[in-house]
Amino acid sequence: MLDLFYRLFGKENSNSKEIASERLRLVLVQDRYSVSADILETLKEEMLAVIKKYLDIDADGLCVQVENDNRTVALVANIPIRGLHHSEREEEHNAPTTSAV
Amino acid sequence: MKGKVLVVTSGKGGVGKTTTTANLGTALAMKEQKVVLVDTDIGLRNLDVVMGLENRIVFDIVDVVNGDCKLNQALIRDKRFEGMYLLPAAQTRDKTAVSPHQMKILTEELKKEFDYVLIDCPAGIERGFKNAIAGADQAVVVATPEVSSIRDADRIIGLLESAGLKNSRLIINRMRPQMVHMGDMMDIDDITDILAIDLLGVVPEDEAIVVSTNRGEPAVLSRTSKAGEAYLRICSRIMGEDVPFVPLDEPNSFFRRMRRAFRMAR
Repeated sequence: MLDLFYRLFGKENSNSKEIASERLRLVLVQDRYSVSADILETLKEEMLAVIKKYLDIDADGLCVQVENDNRTVALVANIPIRGLHHSEREEEHNAPTTSAV
Repeated sequence: MKGKVLVVTSGKGGVGKTTTTANLGTALAMKEQKVVLVDTDIGLRNLDVVMGLENRIVFDIVDVVNGDCKLNQALIRDKRFEGMYLLPAAQTRDKTAVSPHQMKILTEELKKEFDYVLIDCPAGIERGFKNAIAGADQAVVVATPEVSSIRDADRIIGLLESAGLKNSRLIINRMRPQMVHMGDMMDIDDITDILAIDLLGVVPEDEAIVVSTNRGEPAVLSRTSKAGEAYLRICSRIMGEDVPFVPLDEPNSFFRRMRRAFRMAR
């Protein structure tokens, strides 16, 4: 009854359309590019593992999103960096590059 | 004459392809265009009953492509408009009775005689869909504001693009302004954002559609149908007129007034 009252007077919208839009956006990425949610999650983890090797990142501030614009889809990652990892590793990785030059 | 072939498609069934085809065809005929409606839903034909022409079928599309009759013999002239014809689907065959190549030849032939060739596509993405789009110049995608319909529409738009039909336009059907207002139905912007195609028009949910289908008289013929009005506007857009998009008015304006009064009182 109270719910009906709220509905009549527009006090509280259930806003299920937001849920619909959000679910659609996600499912369409999977449909369009045949990537499942599982694969996206694995991709995220593996990508992080690689980045962690070189950079000290803030895992809490991490944001990986699939953005959808005009029938093209982009994987956008926002990864806050605390700093570079210890210098020895840096040298280790820089060494082959230097010798190659 | 070099007409235009428009395919009305959706992916999902039951969203209003046949109703849309019937109404747009009738609207075009009302504007004195020569138009033929082609039912490609072989095995599940319905455009004939929606148009009220089911008792006049002698030959069908399969007879035409097999050369069992002449094209003119299979075309049923509408009883209301001189310039409107129906090419019915076969009911006792299946989709493989016609090939996309045959459809291309057929639509080329029809284009010579008519201003508009409207093709009613079956649901699904298989042979029937491929037949329906084979000879099309442009596609009209029909979707209702529901996740299942939008998802299927997206798939269809992708398939249309890979078939070379790039500038498809969208009709959002069975929109319920009251539910949109309550935040319980995706609005026009939500849908066009997600699907990223041009909007051709919005048709409100309308009980008059049920009545008009009962009678076999497309809603555009009724002066009082809101859906019919929307189809007339869409028809003008198809003919290249610049018709502004009018906001759908809330059906329940009594509640809106009450709500407004209630807010003012606070």
